[in-house]
Amino acid sequence: MAGSYANSGEYIKHHLTNLTYGQHADGSWGIAHGADEIKEMGFWSINLDSMAFSIGLGIFFLWIFHKAAKKASTDAPTGLLNFVEMLVEFIDDSVRGSFSGKNPLVAPLALTIFIWIFLMNLMDLIPVDHIPWLASLVGIPYLKIVPSTDPNITFGMSLSVFALVIYYSIKMKGPGGFFAELAFHPFPKFMMPINLVLEGVTLIAKPVSLALRLFGNLYAGEMIFILIALMYSGGWVLGISGGFLQLGWAIFHILIITLQAFIFMTLTIVYLDMASQTDH
Amino acid sequence: MNFNATLIGQTITFIVFVWFCMKYIWPPLMAALDERNARISEGLAAAQRGQQDLEDAQVKVSESLNDAKAQAQEIINQAQKRANEIVDEAKDSARGEADKIKLAASADIDQQVTAAREQLRKEVSVIALAGAEQILKREVDAKVHADVLDELVAQI
Repeated sequence: MAGSYANSGEYIKHHLTNLTYGQHADGSWGIAHGADEIKEMGFWSINLDSMAFSIGLGIFFLWIFHKAAKKASTDAPTGLLNFVEMLVEFIDDSVRGSFSGKNPLVAPLALTIFIWIFLMNLMDLIPVDHIPWLASLVGIPYLKIVPSTDPNITFGMSLSVFALVIYYSIKMKGPGGFFAELAFHPFPKFMMPINLVLEGVTLIAKPVSLALRLFGNLYAGEMIFILIALMYSGGWVLGISGGFLQLGWAIFHILIITLQAFIFMTLTIVYLDMASQTDH
Repeated sequence: MNFNATLIGQTITFIVFVWFCMKYIWPPLMAALDERNARISEGLAAAQRGQQDLEDAQVKVSESLNDAKAQAQEIINQAQKRANEIVDEAKDSARGEADKIKLAASADIDQQVTAAREQLRKEVSVIALAGAEQILKREVDAKVHADVLDELVAQI
């Protein structure tokens, strides 16, 4: 499958390049060809593939669940409604278990995070070449179909969660209470600067670890799929063993993608719970 | 890792999706689930009540069954007593009737015996008269000797 590339390095690099739209160095707007051009475009460019798959999967999730929500009744649930209710009850249990306060935002937030991230991760199980190859037929040069291997996507979500953490910390504890939490722990008051540094790092680590954990896992998984795909061009012995490897890795990856979605959701709940706790 | 406006795009998308989920998906589903939970626990309570009612009814049924049995026994006893009484009455009246019939029959017999005796007496007197006529070979005036004959008859 890597036949049309100069070498395997080229193949890997191509698979890790986003379809980015932005302003070229010469001032014209268009699609970037290669990592260098993406770098030249700077911040004001957008990864069309990440956004398209992310929004598409999100709408798919909302569409399915909205369909179920309209059908929801007190009668015995069937089919789709049954499946959706199972997920909703699972999320509800998780939120009840980890979140001690009462907040109507947390449960829908957790549901959205879990299902959406799961769907984005699920794209990882589609063989790496199929959709990019189809896209190349209609003239799209680059395509990364797994949005969660794009740090912009994972940070976009974790920073939103972080904003909520800050918002609820200030709302529940008051600005003074929030500052006290950062400044007067874990050492006594006279060591305030050290406390601020320590607690500041702890605070900043929340969104960063949240985003990087998801990104790192999925990026590594994607990379391994790409390496396995490379084996298909290495003769039939390598090809067949590559087939088995891909099957094994995909089965293992089902666990990873679910786990990562679950971790992101659970940590979001826990962070918001910590932010909402007033007795500190 | 290079950051660009995708970060902002994803943030906005995320906010919109969470808002949509919070407004149109979570509340109706949770409402339906809660309502169904309430309905199920209600149904279970109703089933429990039904079970209790059934047990009560069974107790009541066995009670009234026992009552009915006792009543039936009483009625049977009374009926038997009454039947015995009727039989006794019938026996008594039959005995009385039989006595009456016997009495009438014996009276009849007495009458007939008397009548037969009277008849016999008369016939004997006639035979005796005829015998006497032949012995005496002469005509005897019955009227003259009536008193003698009557005496004879009375001796029979």
